Amino acid sequence: MRSNRAGSHQAGIGLKLAAAAVLFFLYFPFGVILLYTFTTEDSAYTFPPPGLTLNWFQVAWQRRDLWQALEISLQVASIATGIAIVLGTMAALAVYRSRFFGRETISFVLLLPIALPGIVTGIALRSAIDVLGIPFSIWTIVVGHATFCIVLIYNNVLAGLRRTSRSLTKASMDLGADGLQTFRYITLPTLGTALLAGGMLAFALSFDEVIVTVFTAGQQATLPVWILDQLTRPRQRPVTNVAAVFVIALTFVPILFANWLTRRKL
Amino acid sequence: MNSIAPAVELIEVTRHFGDVKALNAVSLTIQQGEFFAMLGPSGSGKTTCLRLIAGFDQPSSGHIRIAGQDATALPPYERDVNTVFQDYALFPHMTLGDNIGYSLMLKKVPKSERLKRVADMLDLVQLSGLEHRKPAQLSGGQRQRVALARALVNQPKMLLLDEPLGALDLKLRQQMQIELKTIQRQLGITFIFVTHDQEEALTMSDRLAVFNQGKIEQMGSPVEVYERPATAFVANFVGVSNWISGQLAQLLTGSAQSFVLRPEKIQMLDPNLPPPADLCSAMGKIKNILYLGMYTRYEIGLQPEGLLSVVEQNRQSSHWAEGDAVRLLWQREHLVMI
Repeated sequence: MRSNRAGSHQAGIGLKLAAAAVLFFLYFPFGVILLYTFTTEDSAYTFPPPGLTLNWFQVAWQRRDLWQALEISLQVASIATGIAIVLGTMAALAVYRSRFFGRETISFVLLLPIALPGIVTGIALRSAIDVLGIPFSIWTIVVGHATFCIVLIYNNVLAGLRRTSRSLTKASMDLGADGLQTFRYITLPTLGTALLAGGMLAFALSFDEVIVTVFTAGQQATLPVWILDQLTRPRQRPVTNVAAVFVIALTFVPILFANWLTRRKL
Repeated sequence: MNSIAPAVELIEVTRHFGDVKALNAVSLTIQQGEFFAMLGPSGSGKTTCLRLIAGFDQPSSGHIRIAGQDATALPPYERDVNTVFQDYALFPHMTLGDNIGYSLMLKKVPKSERLKRVADMLDLVQLSGLEHRKPAQLSGGQRQRVALARALVNQPKMLLLDEPLGALDLKLRQQMQIELKTIQRQLGITFIFVTHDQEEALTMSDRLAVFNQGKIEQMGSPVEVYERPATAFVANFVGVSNWISGQLAQLLTGSAQSFVLRPEKIQMLDPNLPPPADLCSAMGKIKNILYLGMYTRYEIGLQPEGLLSVVEQNRQSSHWAEGDAVRLLWQREHLVMI
């Protein structure tokens, strides 16, 4: 009895080692990135680093191209997420609320972009934009990203709608609310979590998307494209590490925020 | 408008979904202050009827009047009627206070008055002080009370209840039955109650309508419906019945006219004792004894054929055994010809 109880509380040494190994495997690359942010080498990574310096932070700070790439990334991700929230929510409401001819097809067509390989979406968009004679710009990237961002919002909102009981809207109407008031006070707040989760996912996906971006961009480089580009150049390599560390720090904010939100609910 | 006008009138109301007639030319009048039950199996049209009164659905033909005024095409938010939903439909993102005060908020009632009326309602349903809880933190019975308070806070002329006790366990259901009835008397509001539970309908209502296949089979007080069922369906759906027709009816009454005889109206007597002169009687043999706690049910095989169900209260422990011969007695007035 006693050994049994001890066993359920205390993990064996094997399990502990396995857990440590998995965590090491997951987090070791982050450590590498962080370490070589401080290396004194310009183009090659040797272990151990020959010396440590804070110089690269200053270099990064002065690189206009890096800041421009970050700005484009943030712009693209916010606009694409915004478009996706509006269109995805409307599509989900339409598919959930009413039955019409072609309802199943619309559902399928909306979901398709996320199932298609990015390269197919990318080539398709590039040819279409070419044929239509539209100049490549930040807006063509936004359109490319919106194709898969819509799916995330649509899916999340649809799931949210299925979770909330249909009688909630009926109860609201019964208590004296018209359609608009019901949407404002009942439908939107109950979808809040779904929209937040879907929006964050869409933003994150757009922020680090490479393939579709490469195909739909003109001269503009988003941050991931810029980083990829830097890796092929021999000079000032640790600057990419600084950028990566910066992105890691930045992504922590929404994660902590979401964590705080879900905890506050209970 | 008119205080003498009935709370609700349905005039030849039909609702069909494609070929299916969910409600078939139903006419029905419910008086103000009545506790009215709509009883029937699922698919009988009782819920459709309630949805039409609430305004969630419009009739295919016919008219609905609420308090004397035509309401056939009014949307739910323009009817002075509120509903307690089967799943309660409490707004999960709002506190109890906000749930109950929702209709007052929409009507732009000042906040101080709103809070007071919400507190009064919580008092009425015995949940005082729980304004700040969220629905997820409540038990099923408490949610039920909140749904009731939310529907009543606006002082509607009529409250519709769609199987409101269906999700509760037996003890809680019996307690809520009494509470609902008390609240209804206290407020004097018309309650229309949909249920498939015949016992619930009999216990709670002043009057009830038995629905079957989109039509009303019978309407009346619980005693009328139980004691004088108008059709074989009512006799079988409301309570347990012996429904007797054809040869057996001929044998027992001397006429082939079919009739209903409630099992508790039949007495069992030792066959060796002389039968009382003014009662009808028949001879039989006990085939099955089902002990049900408060009472015992006996299945009696008649001679030469037929089966009758008899119920006896367990006032003393039963001295009958399976296989015993018995004499069955009943009063002629307890036969209900159908």
